Amino acid sequence: MPLPGPLKNFLRGQLGSTAAGGEPARGFRHAAPDDPELVMTRRSRALEEFFLDIRGQSGLTILDLGGASQENVNFITSLGHRLYSEDFLQILRDTFGADDTVDHSNPGRIDYFLRQALDYPDDYFDGVLIWDCLEYLAPALLRAVVSQVGKIARHQSQMLAFFESDDKLERVPCYTFRILELSSLQLTQHGTRPAVQLFNNRGLEKLFADFQSVKFFLTRERLREVLVRV
Amino acid sequence: MWNKRREEEPQRPFVPPASHPPGPVATPAAPSFSEPKKEAAAVSSTPSARFDADARSGMASIGKAVKIVGQIFSKEDLYVDGDLEGTVELLEHKLTVGPNGNIHAGVKAREVVALGTIQGNVEAADKIEIRKDARLVGDIRTARIIIEDGAYFKGSIDIIKPEPARAAAKPLPASAPAAAPPAPASVAAEVKR
Repeated sequence: MPLPGPLKNFLRGQLGSTAAGGEPARGFRHAAPDDPELVMTRRSRALEEFFLDIRGQSGLTILDLGGASQENVNFITSLGHRLYSEDFLQILRDTFGADDTVDHSNPGRIDYFLRQALDYPDDYFDGVLIWDCLEYLAPALLRAVVSQVGKIARHQSQMLAFFESDDKLERVPCYTFRILELSSLQLTQHGTRPAVQLFNNRGLEKLFADFQSVKFFLTRERLREVLVRV
Repeated sequence: MWNKRREEEPQRPFVPPASHPPGPVATPAAPSFSEPKKEAAAVSSTPSARFDADARSGMASIGKAVKIVGQIFSKEDLYVDGDLEGTVELLEHKLTVGPNGNIHAGVKAREVVALGTIQGNVEAADKIEIRKDARLVGDIRTARIIIEDGAYFKGSIDIIKPEPARAAAKPLPASAPAAAPPAPASVAAEVKR
């Protein structure tokens, strides 16, 4: 039976969550009885591959666009790397306002945003954890951000990004990503937001067409993992 | 109950009336034990904010209405709840930036606890704590870092191994006077720079 939009989204968002590879989501729970936060743990093969790619090396520079969290700081610095932290979404809100994408095509605002969030020398990072930040951006800003990230990341380095695999959602969940182990992530959902831009595989290939390779990690759940080789 | 109240009263020895300095309110005609009680009431009228200050007892404090531009070198723990611009060095001590604190400076300390805002690079030999609602923009070099949810951080984090210098410095006091230890600390800072 076809379901109306909101109910369909609800079912996709709540009940459709399973861990990667079809495993049931471990530790899926409400953060608190009166708190809309949802916390789940999932296996992430893309994360594992991201770090296996740089294993045996230390003193690398890793950029985390998800803001500083204790777990990510501990994990990355314990590998001997230097962590750069940017609260990309906070800077996005500060620059353009919450849920406002009207100015995402304004060149002046785009320049300002890039200076605030991604002002680093070229070829500076050995890896970039983008998480799901790109989904918050309208096309013009998205192209500028992807291009800038490509500049500040070293040749042969990798970028890890997440995208909703259902490109028909009207609202998408807001997540924070925390690294628990080499292949394990904790996702905390803080409500939902209107979908700005959703991609299918072809759209993603097009988005990262200027990079060496794009690798998709298909899962049975809604969150698609993508590793991009710069 | 009544006994408890008596215990709380300050135990002051009775002072003969002759030893009191003559004051405008003094009535030497009727000296009695009730006199010390009046003094105790005056002491209790001190602001209750003092209890907050007790938590920071033993550390120097810069209040929230204070702005300082310049360099601070401290050989005791420091609590900053005001504005500070310049540099801060507390090599062997702890810097706490209060919720109203706004530091626009390079910081070197043994330990840093941020509840307010720090804009500048921070070197904390032991650890740094960035509490909820705190804001730190700058590069961090420290042995340990604690970031609470809700804190804002922009910059890089370098985890450094604690220097074994302390163990090496221990034999020094045996041959040097007790006042010597703080001096090598400041010398080391200059060498680093």
